[in-house]
Amino acid sequence: MSAAANGHPVCLSARRVTKRFGGLVAVDSVSIDIPERTVASVIGPNGAGKTTFFNCITGLYAPEDGDILFQGRSLVGYRPDSIAAMGIARTYQNIRLFSAMTALENVLVGQHAHLRSGVFGAIFRPSSTVLEEERAQQEAREMLAFVGLPGRGDLLATSIPYGGQRRLEIARALASRPKLLLLDEPTAGMNPQETDDLMHLIERLRDELALTVLLIEHDMRVVMGVSDQVSVLHYGTKISEGTPKEVQNDPRVVEAYLGTGGSHGHA
Amino acid sequence: MLKRSLRRGALVGGVLVFIALIGAPAAFAREPVVRGVVTLSQLLLAIGALLAGSGAAPATRTRSTGAVVAAGAIAGAVCMLLLALLALLVSAVDLRQVLVNATPQLVDELTLGRGVVTGSTVLVVLGTVLGALGGWSTRLPAAISRSAVLAGAAVVVVGVLRDKGLAIAEAVALGVAVWAVAYGRSRWGSALATRYQRVQRRNSTMVSIVVWIAGLFILLGLPSILGTYGTSVLDLVGLYVLMGLGLNIVVGYAGLLDLGYVAFFTIGAYVTGLLTSPAASTQLGLSFWIAWPLAMVAAAGAGALLGIPVLRMRGDYLAIVTLGFGEIIRILVLSDTFKSVLGGAQGIIEIPGPSIGSFTMMRPQHFYYLILIGVMIVVFVSRRISDSRVGRAWMAIREDEDVAEATGVNLVKYKLLAFAMGASFSGIGGAIFASWVHSVFPNSFTLLVSINILSLVIVGGIGSIPGVVLGAFFLVGLPEVLRSFADFRMITFGALLVAMMIARPEGLWPAKSRRRELHLEVAE
Repeated sequence: MSAAANGHPVCLSARRVTKRFGGLVAVDSVSIDIPERTVASVIGPNGAGKTTFFNCITGLYAPEDGDILFQGRSLVGYRPDSIAAMGIARTYQNIRLFSAMTALENVLVGQHAHLRSGVFGAIFRPSSTVLEEERAQQEAREMLAFVGLPGRGDLLATSIPYGGQRRLEIARALASRPKLLLLDEPTAGMNPQETDDLMHLIERLRDELALTVLLIEHDMRVVMGVSDQVSVLHYGTKISEGTPKEVQNDPRVVEAYLGTGGSHGHA
Repeated sequence: MLKRSLRRGALVGGVLVFIALIGAPAAFAREPVVRGVVTLSQLLLAIGALLAGSGAAPATRTRSTGAVVAAGAIAGAVCMLLLALLALLVSAVDLRQVLVNATPQLVDELTLGRGVVTGSTVLVVLGTVLGALGGWSTRLPAAISRSAVLAGAAVVVVGVLRDKGLAIAEAVALGVAVWAVAYGRSRWGSALATRYQRVQRRNSTMVSIVVWIAGLFILLGLPSILGTYGTSVLDLVGLYVLMGLGLNIVVGYAGLLDLGYVAFFTIGAYVTGLLTSPAASTQLGLSFWIAWPLAMVAAAGAGALLGIPVLRMRGDYLAIVTLGFGEIIRILVLSDTFKSVLGGAQGIIEIPGPSIGSFTMMRPQHFYYLILIGVMIVVFVSRRISDSRVGRAWMAIREDEDVAEATGVNLVKYKLLAFAMGASFSGIGGAIFASWVHSVFPNSFTLLVSINILSLVIVGGIGSIPGVVLGAFFLVGLPEVLRSFADFRMITFGALLVAMMIARPEGLWPAKSRRRELHLEVAE
């Protein structure tokens, strides 16, 4: 494992990842290295391939070309549940909670890979299962408290206000004890206050839980505020990478976002 | 307002004419509700007039009581006038070439046996009075009228169930009792409930132990109360509860729509037949107690096998493939290819009842206890598993398969587990069924069984254990009880089913009730 800029070893390394849908190249030979304990952002205009890139990491899509290494180990070819068990968790652009389940149950599903009890344990409830279940519930409640939903465990997921649902998704992701957390537009639809709180939460994820966070975000205030590293995708290709400041001043980025005359030749 | 009354009266009258022409009054005339006073067919007419009257009353409260009563009276009169006209028409012209049920008997029934002219007049007068009553009832407080409807319904149901109907005194007593209870409940019910909860909270274990013991005694005593026929109906309901709970795991918990669930019932029954019947091709003649675990395992294995090809399918596609699977199993057991082993259309006969020592279960009462034990085990397992890591994984798959997988749930493992577990319950049911009826024939295992089981799960409340039990009573028990309606059994049943799904689309006892309680706790 090579050491990256901040002295930490590389957590995730995407190497020339390519994903095609028919003739459309959604992700075109994208390489990104993310050191541990950093907040890295992927930005880009709509349709730039950001979510597709996420889906390649979590195993929902298999990239046609390239490789994705997580702590030095290739993820390509593994099913999403195995990848989750390796330590990668995610949230979704359009909130996808288990809506008929309570907040606590949502978080408990997140813990699934770390619990052992099966059918036998469920039916006969030996002391090991009871203990495991108690611990799991305790941990789930702590997780809810961590994201700012203390005592809301018994509410149905859908009866929690919008901003809380985004936080609940994070709690569910955290419950699988990830090393890498992928957040897909976590502040979408939030008001400025909620956005500030969420930025703070992201920093705590890095600093208190020692997580690596990969963020897709449109709100530049969030991107510039919390990111250690920013990568810009445009028509499936990476056009720029660096610190928030470097990226901000990159003429190619400005061009991609604002468009200058006849500049659509990047793809 | 006059227009509304006329329209409402004509509508209900039209419906009653239609019901009359399909022959219901003649059939229901043999069904006394209150002995010597009123038959079911007369009640049908009376209910029609009441409904016309109450429907004619405008929804707003601006009109005076007199106007509402008048509106009801007009509607009731119009409604019965249509029936009187039908009676006149049928008595004057012989319509039987076209309408087979337009018989003199129908005229007799409609005119209350008083001759066409007098009878028609009486009918219209009664319609007016009942319509007025119906109109007036809309002005009563809801608690009173609703309790009255409930009391009436109770009298009708019990009256129909009793072979010769109720005596007048019984009918009055029952009606008043039900009305009083219903009225009391709607007036003071919530206060009582809070007090009960307070008692329950104070010594909750004591209360629940008492409730459990009382319930157990009732369950154990039921066969002696109900007699042989009643118990055999109960046995059938119990078998459907077993299978319903199995399907509830597949459809209710894991959200996998399975339309071929009868296949596992078939497998359970045939495995039992093959292992226990001395007349079967295998000639093993094993004990039932050895056969049923094997039947369960065989069904579970078949469930997992079916699961493999459908792992990637969702919704409608899954339903079609499982539907096919159910038919394939039935056709296989019917086929000539396996005739030497499975007996083809002749099935397997001489399946012995389960025996303990020298005692062999023969009567429905014996099987009742066997089925009761089976149901209790399955209820226990369902409850435990729904509230566990496995149950949560299933529910996550039901809610969002992709997210469940990305959260770490192994879809292959848990889908197959759901199929296998659901199938194993059905296998138990099949084993008991085979030894209960002492034979298995392919024609006992039609698609209709799958549909019935799925319906009872939906009617009861998908994903809910008490819902499945209630659903089984409603869908399997009720048609048996309605047998006295003869040809009109299914139409009555269908109408009740439609009415129920409109009134309670979420099922009789929806699984969400638990969640609502949770909400209340948070709110407190």
